[in-house]
Amino acid sequence: MDQKLYVSAPPHIRSDTDAKFLMRQVIIALLAPTVAGVIFFGGRALLILVISVLSSIFWQRLMIYIKKEKRPLDGSEVVTGLLIGLNLSPLVPWWIPVVGTFIAIVLAKELFGGLGFNIFNPALIARAFLLASWPMEMTTWAAPFTGVTQATPLALLKLQHVSTPYISLFLGNRGGCIGETSVLALLIGAAYLFYKGVIDWRTPIPYILTVGVLSLIFGQDPLFHMMSGGLVLGAFFMATDYTTTPVTKSGRIIFGIGCGVITILIRLFGGYPEGVSYSILFMNAMTPLIDRWTIPKPFGYRVERRRV
Amino acid sequence: MKFLRPLINGIWKENPILVLMIGLCPTLAVSTAAINGIYMGLAATFVLAGSNLIISLIRKWVPDQVRIPIFITIIAAFVTVVDMVMHAYVPEMYKILGIFIPLIVVNCIILGRAEAFAYQNGPIESLGDGIGMGIGFTLILLILGSIRELLGNGTIFGFQIMPVTYKPVLLMILPPGAFLTIGFLQALQRYRGGKE
Amino acid sequence: MFSHLLLLFIGALLVNNILLIRFIALCAFFGVSNSMSTSIGMGMAVTFVMVLTSSVTWILWNFVLVPLHLEYLQISVFILTIAALVQFVELFLKKNSPSLYRAMGIYLPLITTNCAILAVAFIHVSSNFNFIETIVYTIGVSGGYTLAIVMFAGIRERLASAPVPRAFQGYPLAFITASLMSLAFLGFKGLFGL
Repeated sequence: MDQKLYVSAPPHIRSDTDAKFLMRQVIIALLAPTVAGVIFFGGRALLILVISVLSSIFWQRLMIYIKKEKRPLDGSEVVTGLLIGLNLSPLVPWWIPVVGTFIAIVLAKELFGGLGFNIFNPALIARAFLLASWPMEMTTWAAPFTGVTQATPLALLKLQHVSTPYISLFLGNRGGCIGETSVLALLIGAAYLFYKGVIDWRTPIPYILTVGVLSLIFGQDPLFHMMSGGLVLGAFFMATDYTTTPVTKSGRIIFGIGCGVITILIRLFGGYPEGVSYSILFMNAMTPLIDRWTIPKPFGYRVERRRV
Repeated sequence: MKFLRPLINGIWKENPILVLMIGLCPTLAVSTAAINGIYMGLAATFVLAGSNLIISLIRKWVPDQVRIPIFITIIAAFVTVVDMVMHAYVPEMYKILGIFIPLIVVNCIILGRAEAFAYQNGPIESLGDGIGMGIGFTLILLILGSIRELLGNGTIFGFQIMPVTYKPVLLMILPPGAFLTIGFLQALQRYRGGKE
Repeated sequence: MFSHLLLLFIGALLVNNILLIRFIALCAFFGVSNSMSTSIGMGMAVTFVMVLTSSVTWILWNFVLVPLHLEYLQISVFILTIAALVQFVELFLKKNSPSLYRAMGIYLPLITTNCAILAVAFIHVSSNFNFIETIVYTIGVSGGYTLAIVMFAGIRERLASAPVPRAFQGYPLAFITASLMSLAFLGFKGLFGL
């Protein structure tokens, strides 16, 4: 069973060092929201992040051992672990990130053949799984600095019709997941990834703009919707995953717009206050179809057709 | 022997759900608790055994071209009986199983056994085959229901099994949990099969 | 009225997706979804037949079975009607539209025992839908069926070349994929209060 003989669906991982390089860039970029999260939510947030990353590495090593493979860690498990941690409330019990990383690494990634073959974003599968299984634990949020429980701006808007000032949303002084609150820190991280050429604007920008335009159409405050919830984190760091999003340029735009539509649908009309993770997961499932429909025609294809 | 061989075959070697991959819908839908599995399984077993027996008895007089409508009519009659009996005597369970009771009529296992077994074999073997297939179906429902109830609610048949500190994995009794459980059961069966 | 119908449609399409949330008609879902073209054909065939059988069973129920107090014959009458209609459609297409027959023909026999068709007939009766509601609901259900099966086929085609652990190759992984898709569809829970 020579792994090299498998021809995967695109995108192909070009080489081991390449994947490692990309993962290192993403980790560096994620440091900004990580630091912001720890500043706002304190030691408890740091603890959750450390547990996430360590348990993620543990599950990855275990899977490599069980599969009797001799491949080194490629850094993707650190990214997945970090993203899961950043997507959790600082108040979750310690075992939540352990279960979450198991779901991500084993169920969503390794059973599908490992990095490059997974259909769904592992960190988001983990989040959706945890949210469906332990809704209480997953939706108890903390206010920054004090650690007192507080609802997220989206939940406040949906359930109590209370709006949150822009400045709090932008800096991150609000309730929410460890890594999603500070738009400023997330933008710094995203700017780094753009600078390094790691991510493509074609998914995140249409995604965020679609959310803005649609919230305007439905008579909501577009800036509020663009800055709240997990949108910025999801758009720049999860809807840009190479494996689970389209390869074609137009496909990426379609992906972004689709995510935006579903996010607004769930936020404004759905049963949950936030729809970012579900919308990206849904579009992950659509990705093979999008790739199929948007694959560029080979050079000279139209000429061939005309002659016939 | 005539009765037993097809019976055992249906329970294990050709288990309709895990091996033949048919009759999935009710299996996944009603397996949120162990007790649902028992009722659903018994209902299907009754229809399977009854229709197998009748079809096998009349098989010599059934013209080949119209056999399928005749099979369906016989099966539908048995399903109607089950539907009415359950509605009258176990109304709460009837509400839980809902649409899946009348849908037994299109359960591929039943028509499949009528066509593949009862139409070609004598009444005693056919009865054995029907009961065996029915028990195999019930067993899987029971196993699936028990696993999902245990993980998703901490109980089996309503009895607390897990320690009180256990935080139930709610997802297991939601739709994704059904697909997940049967996927892992199948992988397990295949893993064991590969070893032998 | 219009928004009521729209809600009915979206509820059937996404929130209570017949395959991923309600678990009806799974045999064909796993059976034919290993290729994209067969999935599209199956989706088309199911949509076509379902709209037809829903209308016919609605008429039968409201104008024959109820007035004659024969409600207890529901199961037998519906299943035989569906079987007969499918046969008829098959013959009709074979004769009059060979191209359509080539596209859908081989799926028609499979549809007789497709639980979704019968389930929709039972549901419109038990929910007391009027004729228009029945049609809108049916289109929603069959659209949800087609959406799910085509998405699933796209994923399975990609998975066909992945180095999946041996015990999970084929059906086990297909179930796990369905589980994760179903998880993504859970996000629609409560959409428009449905």
